[in-house]
Amino acid sequence: MSSAATPETGDGTDSLTLVEAVQDALYTEMSSDENVVVIGEDVGENGGVFRATEALYEEFGGNRVVDTPLAESGIVGTAIGLALAGMRPVAELQFMGFSYPAFDQIVSHASRLRSRSHGQYSAPIVIRAPYGGGIRAPEHHSESKEAFFVHEPGLKVVSPSTPYDAKGLLIASIRDPDPVVFLEPKLLYRAFRGDVPTGGYEVPLADAAIRREGDDITVYTWGAMTRPTLIAADNVADEHGVEVEVVDLRTLSPLDVETIVDSFRKTGRAAVVHEAPKTAGLGAEIATTIQERAVCYQEAPIKRITGFDTPMPLHALEDYYLPQAVRIQDGILETVEF
Amino acid sequence: MSTQNEADPHVNSESTQRDEPIRILDDDGNLLSHAEVPALSDEKLLAMYEDLVLARRFDQRAISLQRQGRIATYAPMTGQEGSQVATSYALEEQDWLFPTYREHAAKYVHGMSLASLLKPLCGLRDGYAIPDDVNVLPEYIPIATQVPQAMGMAWGHHLQNRADTAVLCHFGDGATSEGDFHEGLNFAGVFDVPAVFVCNNNQWAISVPRDQQTASDTIAQKAAAYGIEGVRVDGLDPLAVYEVTRCALSKAKNPTDGERRPTLVESVQYRYGAHTTADDPSVYREEDEAEAWRRKDPVDRLRNFLYAEGLLDEDLEDEIDDRAESQISEAISTVEAAAADPSSIFEHVYEELPDRLREQRDELNALREKYGEEAFSEVLE
Ligand SMILES: Cc1ncc(C[n+]2csc(CCOP(=O)(O)OP(=O)(O)O)c2C)c(N)n1
Repeated sequence: MSSAATPETGDGTDSLTLVEAVQDALYTEMSSDENVVVIGEDVGENGGVFRATEALYEEFGGNRVVDTPLAESGIVGTAIGLALAGMRPVAELQFMGFSYPAFDQIVSHASRLRSRSHGQYSAPIVIRAPYGGGIRAPEHHSESKEAFFVHEPGLKVVSPSTPYDAKGLLIASIRDPDPVVFLEPKLLYRAFRGDVPTGGYEVPLADAAIRREGDDITVYTWGAMTRPTLIAADNVADEHGVEVEVVDLRTLSPLDVETIVDSFRKTGRAAVVHEAPKTAGLGAEIATTIQERAVCYQEAPIKRITGFDTPMPLHALEDYYLPQAVRIQDGILETVEF
Repeated sequence: MSTQNEADPHVNSESTQRDEPIRILDDDGNLLSHAEVPALSDEKLLAMYEDLVLARRFDQRAISLQRQGRIATYAPMTGQEGSQVATSYALEEQDWLFPTYREHAAKYVHGMSLASLLKPLCGLRDGYAIPDDVNVLPEYIPIATQVPQAMGMAWGHHLQNRADTAVLCHFGDGATSEGDFHEGLNFAGVFDVPAVFVCNNNQWAISVPRDQQTASDTIAQKAAAYGIEGVRVDGLDPLAVYEVTRCALSKAKNPTDGERRPTLVESVQYRYGAHTTADDPSVYREEDEAEAWRRKDPVDRLRNFLYAEGLLDEDLEDEIDDRAESQISEAISTVEAAAADPSSIFEHVYEELPDRLREQRDELNALREKYGEEAFSEVLE
């Protein structure tokens, strides 16, 4: 695993929110490569419904920051075509819950253009989508269905949890030769600021980050769940002397198997925290990967602390659905005391 | 359109090619010289006005509740209630309504309570529960997804020989860009189903104006591609919307020889305010554009018309305003007194609770017991 990659250029840092870091990444790449274009619903003059593309329209104009008609299949299909013409499109889908009309283009085409054409063509596109709960949004606006995309060979799937990573991972995604689904935890869009280097730098795809070191148990997580996981880790350290290692996967496909397994070899116990439903979620994949490679180190069942196998409830009950610090603590202690 | 009705304001067959929206009232609410008042009783006309007033006030209250943090993101309808109320007035009780997230007034008129409209905005899913005798689907949030479903239901009724039942499906101008819109209308034409598709063309899909949504001159003209009828109507003229919708529904149920059942109605209107309470239209739109449309306001127009007909006076107007106000206040108190039960997260996912959901529910309840509700009430950050 590599924690922080070193900036390539730029001479300072800015204190940015995660959504500002996304915008900064787009700005940086659009400035250095005129083939990079941003397309999507309301990304232009309006600057995106979360303001992720704010000011790009004024800077780069309506030919590079393009409001499309309201049609996700059209957006992703168009992005694939643009990529075939040698461009580097970044397509915004307004919410992950509205990515499904584009699903056919993503899983039938973007992901397999390379294999289908025997390496002749590829679809180096980035599909950005805000995802996850916790912001009192209406139905379909809070979903966390990363497993749909992780399940699809040929796609890369990324989910940052810090402003630094958001910028570095997005730049790496834009420069990546394969299609990337870039999932932005909208709960974290404005939750805090972090230091972000000016200029372009990459956080490599497929490198997990160790956010906290510990010997007793490893907790794997990503996106918005890194925050309650870190809170829970601090609590169990204070109250029970349990030292948790927290691994933020950052890239969900391909997984950083080496970091996942190395950490488990050290601690012998594991939990996975995600807000997506439990059944066939990424937690199952991580648990099995660990067992395939390090079952002899295993001292307790691997615990999944996840959203429920139900639709995300409307906001009055959202906090019961999302793994809260108490639920995470409970799961950690259950695993440690097994 | 059906030509059976004398009051039919668009009897000639060129109506499908007409670009000028059909109108009965002028901008000020005067009866246009060529037009006839739809066959609605005085009571119905007054009731329609009362529902318009209620809709407008509901909208204002909902926006202010959202600003006070008492409800979540809300999609306003001011400027569009004339069309919503009038299209639902054209429905018969047995007809079905497929609404979007903005059709609060259309749903209310077809039988949903004000409280049930407010509940989802307070995070309470039981507001989506539809009484057995009300033919309304829960709101559709993913754009255009209702169009093929509405077509399918209409087809189902047709296959079952339920000739008295039609389906009315709402969507916005933005929705006409989605594949589902085209697939739904294409099927509707092929299977010749008893459905009326109402495009609430409010000129904007969030920040994208109608002319960047489609290069077609009108939305109604898209109907030609599917072999069905297209009609444009002034969506701020409640009487015209009523009449056009009524004719389309009646044709859907009872076409004359060679007539096609489905109709695409383009109801030309305007969203005065923000797309939702999370949106700021000043970023992408000039305020005077909204002002121009406000001069054709549907509530004012119907009010003026009713005054001119001698059906409305100031006392009655005040009475109607007060009634609307108290109905809304009552609905708000009912909804704010209701609480959500965390166990309900697991309900209605399947008809029978599977074991894995039972386990998850029991786990959650055990945690609530152990840590108390406060542990769950903090926003995750
Ligand atoms: C499939 C899908 N994509 C994106 C969205 C986000 N979204 C919500 S409303 C909206 C604009 C809709 O415009 P229009 O169809 O004209 O209806 P209006 O809201 O103006 O009534 C968008 C893009 C969505 N709800 N569903």
